[in-house]
Amino acid sequence: MITKQEIAVLLEQVFDPEVPVLTVQDLGIVRDIIIVNDEVEIVISPTYSGCPAMHMIAAQIKVELLSHGIEKVKVTEQLSPAWTTDWMTESGKQKLELYGIAPPQYKLNKLPGDKEVVPCPQCKSTNTQLVSQYGSTACKALYKCNQCLEPFDYFKCH
Amino acid sequence: MKTLIDYILHLADNSFINGHRLSEWCGHGPALEVDMALSNISLDELGAARSFYQYAASIEGNGKTEDSYPSFRDVREFRNVLLVELPNGNFADTMARSFYFDAFQFHFYTALQQSSDKQIAAIAEKSLKEVTYHLKFSSEWVVRLGDGTDESKQKMQTAINQFWEYTGELFSMSETEQDMLKQGIAIDVSLLKDDWEKTVADTLAEATLRYPMHIEGGWFQSGGKTGIHTEYMGFILAEVQYMQKTYPGCEW
Ligand SMILES: [Zn+2]
Repeated sequence: MITKQEIAVLLEQVFDPEVPVLTVQDLGIVRDIIIVNDEVEIVISPTYSGCPAMHMIAAQIKVELLSHGIEKVKVTEQLSPAWTTDWMTESGKQKLELYGIAPPQYKLNKLPGDKEVVPCPQCKSTNTQLVSQYGSTACKALYKCNQCLEPFDYFKCH
Repeated sequence: MKTLIDYILHLADNSFINGHRLSEWCGHGPALEVDMALSNISLDELGAARSFYQYAASIEGNGKTEDSYPSFRDVREFRNVLLVELPNGNFADTMARSFYFDAFQFHFYTALQQSSDKQIAAIAEKSLKEVTYHLKFSSEWVVRLGDGTDESKQKMQTAINQFWEYTGELFSMSETEQDMLKQGIAIDVSLLKDDWEKTVADTLAEATLRYPMHIEGGWFQSGGKTGIHTEYMGFILAEVQYMQKTYPGCEW
């Protein structure tokens, strides 16, 4: 009989297809793991409504569990409370930065009213500038570093 | 139940048609960053529309799926406001239309989180976070173009004036909304007008643009909420639906 903890460990092997260094656990999208007899239900919070990665993630969860002999898997979505970057793990944020994406800098209730200070993931300078509210995906904004002149993505506080 | 579905479809169609219009910019944006931004905003809107369509389908049953509503209804069955179906025009036009609508959706979803219908409230809660960024994006462009060159200012002012007559419908209650309001499911959109006007006035002031009310007077277009659309709607559906109408039920 498989336990919740064992499934939680398996989910550490399911990565976000758009940001392949993050697992679903790093993202903080796994709300619940429900086991009834031999059936497993994974409840996830979608990140963004239109995020094309969500289907892929659901499929990958099923494949991962299936490869460990868990055949009856259901992935369901829970909209409320809405997913927030506050749920991203600290190790997830570190992985993001090493990957070259600036991680969310603030908790939602501590967002500065005016400009967010976003350090460059390359040279760590805080002399950076917002180029566009939307980067390569809806969850990211596009910044550039005035110090090392590299452009970079910022995983927005959400 | 019929009225509830009608109300959910109104919410879905607003996002769906808005998202479709924005998707038309894909590959045509004035700059790569703008192109990506509009495509991402479009995706958010299609995502919200899907959530509402899925919910409508789950209530209606009868073999309905999320695809049934966007793919197989005709113009008169769509319940979106006229504002979102208007053509993109130039970039300032799209920013004006988006700005009016984003400001509306921001206040609308804020209030709709209190809906007595749990699923509608949950979709509102989720969408509000996304719309907050949409509004940021469109208002920044209104300010940038308004407080820009002589030409950009003139184009932005023209656009702001031009869409004004389509904003009244946002705050008029349809019969469906009134029915749903009695059950605590819908919210009273007429109560959002003051907040919306303040958001619009603040941004226009920052953009050094004139508030259009004095120019256009008090007359507003309406009809979308009851299925009486502009001539543009048929063209949108022709593009959106041609695949399913040519090959009914096709999948890939
Ligand atoms: Zn740098």
